[in-house]
Amino acid sequence: MGRFLLRRLAQIVPTLFFVSILIFGLQQLLPGDPALALAGEERSPEVIRYLREKFHLDEPLPMRYGYWIAGVVRGDLGESVRIQRPVTELILEKLPVTLQLATMAMLIALLIGVTAGVISAVKKDTWLDYAANVFALWGLSTPNFWLGILLIMLFAVHLGWLPASGYVSPFEDLKGNLSAMIMPAFVLGNAFAAVLMRHTRSAMLQVLSSDYVRTARAKGLNERVVVLKHALRNALIPVITLGALSFGELLGGTVLTETIFSIPGFGKLIVDAVFNRDYSVVQGVVLLTATVYIALNLLADIAYFLVNPRMRIE
Amino acid sequence: MNRLLKRKSAAFGVFVVAFFVLLALVAPWLAPHDPLATSWSAVRAAPSASYWFGADELGRDVLSRIVWGTRASLLAGVVSVTIAVSLGVPIGMLAGYVGGWTDVLISRITDAMLACPFLILAIALAAFLGPSLTNAMIAIGISATPVFIRLTRAQVLAAKAEEYVEAARALGNPHLRIALRHILPNIVAPLIVQATLAIAAAVIAEASLSFLGLGQQPPAPSWGSMLNTAKNYIDQAPWMAIWPGLSIFLLVLSFNLLGDGLRDALDPRHR
Repeated sequence: MGRFLLRRLAQIVPTLFFVSILIFGLQQLLPGDPALALAGEERSPEVIRYLREKFHLDEPLPMRYGYWIAGVVRGDLGESVRIQRPVTELILEKLPVTLQLATMAMLIALLIGVTAGVISAVKKDTWLDYAANVFALWGLSTPNFWLGILLIMLFAVHLGWLPASGYVSPFEDLKGNLSAMIMPAFVLGNAFAAVLMRHTRSAMLQVLSSDYVRTARAKGLNERVVVLKHALRNALIPVITLGALSFGELLGGTVLTETIFSIPGFGKLIVDAVFNRDYSVVQGVVLLTATVYIALNLLADIAYFLVNPRMRIE
Repeated sequence: MNRLLKRKSAAFGVFVVAFFVLLALVAPWLAPHDPLATSWSAVRAAPSASYWFGADELGRDVLSRIVWGTRASLLAGVVSVTIAVSLGVPIGMLAGYVGGWTDVLISRITDAMLACPFLILAIALAAFLGPSLTNAMIAIGISATPVFIRLTRAQVLAAKAEEYVEAARALGNPHLRIALRHILPNIVAPLIVQATLAIAAAVIAEASLSFLGLGQQPPAPSWGSMLNTAKNYIDQAPWMAIWPGLSIFLLVLSFNLLGDGLRDALDPRHR
């Protein structure tokens, strides 16, 4: 286990290094003088001079990267030019909202995707299988911002069951929080449920035709026990790994979902930052999502290592 | 092609994609109104004989804007995937064929790009490049590149071990010739499938960027920006949201069906 962990950690270091180069490099895409671009409409000479000094814009590129990465390592992602607050502080403030949304979306996706995948595999080539496949295609092809608008039309405008937008902290009003978050969580989880359904279906089909499942059936075990206890347990291993890896994609999806439902999370932060030309915030958000993705990737590998005895022997 | 069209879902995909391509080509003749012409008497007009799909908040014909918007969506899908393929395939071939440190370096850079969620990377790139349809296409193209690098690399690694490549090498063919004349034609099938599915993802990505105001700029019509305006009039003019969303859904669904059909038709294991 120790050697495996060390090897994986050694692989992460260069990946993180290139992620940092990529994100730092984004600033070089700004057309013209970066100080002018960063200043936006505030183009007084004092502001330009301040930005030039703050971001070391007169120094060579490798030096600027050095200053930037040294700050990042200390947890300093720079300062928001617009709100005059540290980017780390802004992100930490918004992160819990997004984490709640992404976790709820993941739970909804697991519930729908795994259930549909299992039914589809067990009832292969029946109308239930076809229905589950149609659902998967729908999920993969529907833009989530359109689905959000359709759900608002139905549940908020016509039926009046749920609020169209807004956010309440769960510590203030749990019921209000859940009723505000359920629609966005469904919208965010919808596409992922489709991906999970396809993977669960193919993993289940493979497992259901394996020898040990045939043995379990030959022993006269109840079909329910065979499917849920013997087959699903093994089929879920790759699905859970995929789930961990897709959490990063879910964080990406929050950008649109939070914009439609006006949820003050991480996704809305990056959109507002883009329009305010608050580039340090954009860089900070990208860096954080990439780091979360890499960390989840590592966790998924460790989980896979722990549950798969063949890897331990290797 | 016959094998592809035998599958009903793939045939549906081909038909709908062809329909949208035709729509984009004949937009100037087909659109009943000027997509940019505003009319104060038709502000948020419900669907009627003169405005089949209704009118938007400035009295512009929704149908005409959908027809013209097809151009932005298809163009974005095809151009961004062309960028991703033109960058990803040569780099992936280089990594897979040369191996060693070149491979290690390219693979780590690819890992780094894949660590940034596709949409967040596209938004960040589009934000730094500046909002426009061209920049959105570049941003989506670059964000989709690592998938092609990884796929090409894996395919080249598998092909390199095949006997026909060994034979080509034994005959003294130069490396470039082996890569381009012997390996590339044999790995093209999975790349075509991936490219078709990537167009579907790129159409959604362009609509997402336009929805956020980072793609096609107003007043030029695009399905994503139409939805962005429509969200402010959900209760008064639902038709403003229904048609552009349905168009994105249909086009993306068709490319997904086409991609699935191509995979089944081109992959011998699926035959």
